[in-house]
Amino acid sequence: MAVTVETYATLAEAQRAMAGGRARFLGGGTILMRALNEADPSISTIVRATDPALRQIRPEGGEIMIGAGVTMAELARHRDTAFLAPVARVIGGPQVRAAATVAGNLFAAAPYGDMAAALLALGATIETADGRRQPIEELMRPSGSGAGGLVAAVRVADPRGAFHFCKVSRVKPKGVSLISIAALLPRPGGRIERPRIVFNGMGPRPVRAAEAERALEGRSLDAAAIAAAARAAAEGFDPPDDALASAWYRREVAGVHLARLLTGIR
Amino acid sequence: MAQKPIRFTHNGAERAVFVEEGANLLDVLRRGVGDLTPKYGCGQGTCGACTVIVDGAPRLSCLTLAETVDGGRVDTVAGLAEGNRLSALQEAFMSHFAAQCGYCTDGMLMSATALLKDNPRPTREEVVEAISGNLCRCTGYEAIIEAILTAAGSGGARRAG
Amino acid sequence: MAIEFRKDLFADERDDDLNEIGKPTQRQDMLGHVTGRSPFYDDHLFDGLCHIRCARSPHHHARIRRVDTSAAERMPGVRRVITARDVPHNLNTLLSLLDFGLDDEELIASERVAYKGEPVAAVIADTERQAREACRAVRVDWEALPHVLDVEEAIKPGAPAVNPAYPGNLFVYHGKYDHQKLRYGDVEAALRTADHVVTGRYQMSPIEQAPIETCGAIAAPETNDRFVCYTSTQALFFSLGTAVKLLDVSSARLHFIGGTVGGGFGGKVDSLHEPMAILGTMLTGRPCKYMFDREEEMQVGAPRGAERWYLTDGVMNDGRIVARKFVGYFDAGATTRLSSYAIIKGVGHLPGPYTIPNVYADVYCVFTNRTPATAMRGFGVTGVDFAIESHMDEVADTIGMDPIELRILNAYRDGDMKAHRRLAKNTALVECCQVAAGKAGWGLSQAARAASSLTGGGGARAELPAFTATDEHGRVAGFSSGSYAQGGRPAEPTGRGDPRPAPGSAPRPEPRHEPPRHEPPRHEPSRTPEPRREPAYAGAPPRPEPPSPAPPAPGEPPRRAPTRFSSISGLRRR
Ligand SMILES: Cc1cc2nc3c(=O)[nH]c(=O)nc-3n(C[C@H](O)[C@H](O)[C@H](O)COP(=O)(O)OP(=O)(O)OC[C@H]3O[C@@H](n4cnc5c(N)ncnc54)[C@H](O)[C@@H]3O)c2cc1C
Ligand code: FES
Ligand code: FES
Repeated sequence: MAVTVETYATLAEAQRAMAGGRARFLGGGTILMRALNEADPSISTIVRATDPALRQIRPEGGEIMIGAGVTMAELARHRDTAFLAPVARVIGGPQVRAAATVAGNLFAAAPYGDMAAALLALGATIETADGRRQPIEELMRPSGSGAGGLVAAVRVADPRGAFHFCKVSRVKPKGVSLISIAALLPRPGGRIERPRIVFNGMGPRPVRAAEAERALEGRSLDAAAIAAAARAAAEGFDPPDDALASAWYRREVAGVHLARLLTGIR
Repeated sequence: MAQKPIRFTHNGAERAVFVEEGANLLDVLRRGVGDLTPKYGCGQGTCGACTVIVDGAPRLSCLTLAETVDGGRVDTVAGLAEGNRLSALQEAFMSHFAAQCGYCTDGMLMSATALLKDNPRPTREEVVEAISGNLCRCTGYEAIIEAILTAAGSGGARRAG
Repeated sequence: MAIEFRKDLFADERDDDLNEIGKPTQRQDMLGHVTGRSPFYDDHLFDGLCHIRCARSPHHHARIRRVDTSAAERMPGVRRVITARDVPHNLNTLLSLLDFGLDDEELIASERVAYKGEPVAAVIADTERQAREACRAVRVDWEALPHVLDVEEAIKPGAPAVNPAYPGNLFVYHGKYDHQKLRYGDVEAALRTADHVVTGRYQMSPIEQAPIETCGAIAAPETNDRFVCYTSTQALFFSLGTAVKLLDVSSARLHFIGGTVGGGFGGKVDSLHEPMAILGTMLTGRPCKYMFDREEEMQVGAPRGAERWYLTDGVMNDGRIVARKFVGYFDAGATTRLSSYAIIKGVGHLPGPYTIPNVYADVYCVFTNRTPATAMRGFGVTGVDFAIESHMDEVADTIGMDPIELRILNAYRDGDMKAHRRLAKNTALVECCQVAAGKAGWGLSQAARAASSLTGGGGARAELPAFTATDEHGRVAGFSSGSYAQGGRPAEPTGRGDPRPAPGSAPRPEPRHEPPRHEPPRHEPSRTPEPRREPAYAGAPPRPEPPSPAPPAPGEPPRRAPTRFSSISGLRRR
């Protein structure tokens, strides 16, 4: 069946055009275009929005507002999102980064979703086309109904040095991740307070490592705490067996890489 | 089949073509414009053989919805040489034997051109990073990296803007 | 990276008057490559080009009860759906052009598929998208069959039969044996008297050639009732011959244009695309392109096949390897393609570059329900070389010897007899080891440093074993030896100059298959001791007279000096 492409000036109009279910919204297209090239029968309509607001990054109310259509290349370059640059810089190669958007990453299935993992660790807020705001957790819930609309922007507070990220891949640079780990470790007064540790690649979506977080809560980032977090790292996860790594391997190395990440912080 | 007209600047020349809805830029350049320099290697973003420069940034033409370049600028290998005068990168690729089968070469040249435009004196690491989205199955990359470094040393990619 | 020429080695054996070697020479195609003008097959534009895509088996092994193309034929843009019936001569084996092996592969499967991705129908449509959509509309009534994916499982009694041409799942060599044999000396006797017996199991997974340009071809009608075919093939005349056979047309009607290959590495010899593209053009009268997408290239495109090797070495305390036994399995996948030939090459390479007086090999070309395997850079040799060199390290470890010294000690020297009964010439492993050790800062003994490929060989080492144990295990009946293509040939050659019978008349013989035995065959106890070998390094024995080069054929001018170092004449100047 032929594909129809509809282009709108605003996200709200695009949202209205999405009704019906067979339409897909186009971000940078790095995932969607492949499906289109392969004549994915579930796609009959592509909806685009040219609204320049989607490409904006700006500070707003103590947070940074990142438009849904901001690319990895822009995130890596922009002064206000410097804390996300280490994540943005390792997503794909230069050509992918020049196209891949923040919102597209939120919907990217494993092994993709490195930026989504980072934003989950950072406790970002998702703003939808109708102006509603919701915690990113809502979107990442495996059984969740998605954003319940197109994503307009992501809001995130500058972690001021408390954010850390690592990506484990076989091919360097550019390889996709076997796992990636994003960690927000606020340490007011030297003790870790409400850490958020997120693994990507340990399940279909980025997930918080609740046990590892518990192991770190209230402790200083010393060898004993790191060892405890590493031991707990893979708990509760059911990682996939795929061409990149076996489930067993992922379970074995999750703690190793978490320990390396945490050790590197001190 | 639904067709849409689009216009863009292609290697400095104005083009107007009809594109099928949903078509990617690679197909439109090759069959619509007749510019055969971008190559199909995967159609899924992994090989980089289809790399072109869109509005100054390296892009995978196979993953670019053609109509998104409407009103924009697309540069390809077909525009690198001025007549018989090759660009510095092309010269360096020749003298460093940076191509064997030649199938990845167009994409490599465009990634390298994009790099040198923004960063005329890249380090080796920056060169490796810049071509990390381009696969070459023949050369083992060393010759390509050397060629790009040499081209940078000799004044960078002429006409890369 | 600069190449280092070690002209100090074998300096007196060559004329150092080469004009090209050692000097950079520009590739003739380089300007085309850097300007994007090199004409790859897909760079030929045709108005009204149609696209061919295949509906493929989702099963490793299945019977095709019915193929229903009616819905696909009604899809927009579809010009034609091709099935097995439409292929004029739908049975081939790639090496039939060399008269080697039985036809065992259909271009489009008719009754059965034997690997995942095997085509059952081909759709010709105006756009690639329409072809993809119509492929999904091809309805196939499958009856999944048990499948086998492991070489050793595939040759067990009761394993699913993968390839009807070879009922035992084993290629038949020389019309006689279900494996390729190498027998030289008496391995079992030597293993009994060896100080150590070292065994090992090695395997290599399939390797995809992964050219950046995927395999494909474009065909179009030409004037004079001919067809032009632009192709990515690495083997233009191979592809031409294959197309001629499958399509049952005269080669004079096919105009093949190739030569610009976007990376082949062996993976572009299989000639699957040319016949299909031409057939599409014949049936529709339109230019047709048949191209693998990346997923097909990886899943359906034939890789270098997997191999598994069992090695058994008999070693003396001083490091001399006195016996080496191989049992090897090549995973051909569902059809032969080039695996049978890979084994011929591989067995010719055994036991590696070492002078070993007793060598035995049974190497099986096994059919499994995997993607058919084909050529790739050094195929037939790569896997077993990995096994041999890994095993050399195991041997060195077992007897507590330096692994490089072990290699130098056992390396071929000029004048040694090789397991396939040719004298070793131009040997250089000793020097390779010495140079590599030097570069790696790896200490070698005085003796190893003094060793030379030019000395220590020949003499007793030039002699054939006094006794070679032979056997008939793995013997099969019902296959004709010699020419596979000539059906009426008697099972045993009757002598030299056998006249070839008229082709094509006799029915294919009913093969009978005995499962292979891996136990050593029974034979007479060794009647002669293994050939005496010069102790290693013990001073150079008298240099044997070099074998004299074959006299030039009458009327042929004597060869000029530089050719004396070529690997074709195989002779260094002395
Ligand atoms: C070679 C290659 C390497 C890659 N490497 C990585 C990697 O290392 N790490 C990684 O995380 N990813 C990687 N990716 C995947 C991908 O590029 C990124 O995840 C990217 O961020 C996806 O964004 P996009 O804008 O291109 O998505 P698109 O393809 O445009 O869209 C993807 C999905 O998101 C939906 N979507 C897009 N925007 C919105 C919106 N505003 N609201 C609601 N839904 C929306 C689309 O409808 C679609 O379903 C790679 C891809 C390729 C081809
Ligand atoms: S063809 Fe576009 S990345 Fe391979
Ligand atoms: S030169 Fe062949 S793929 Fe790079």
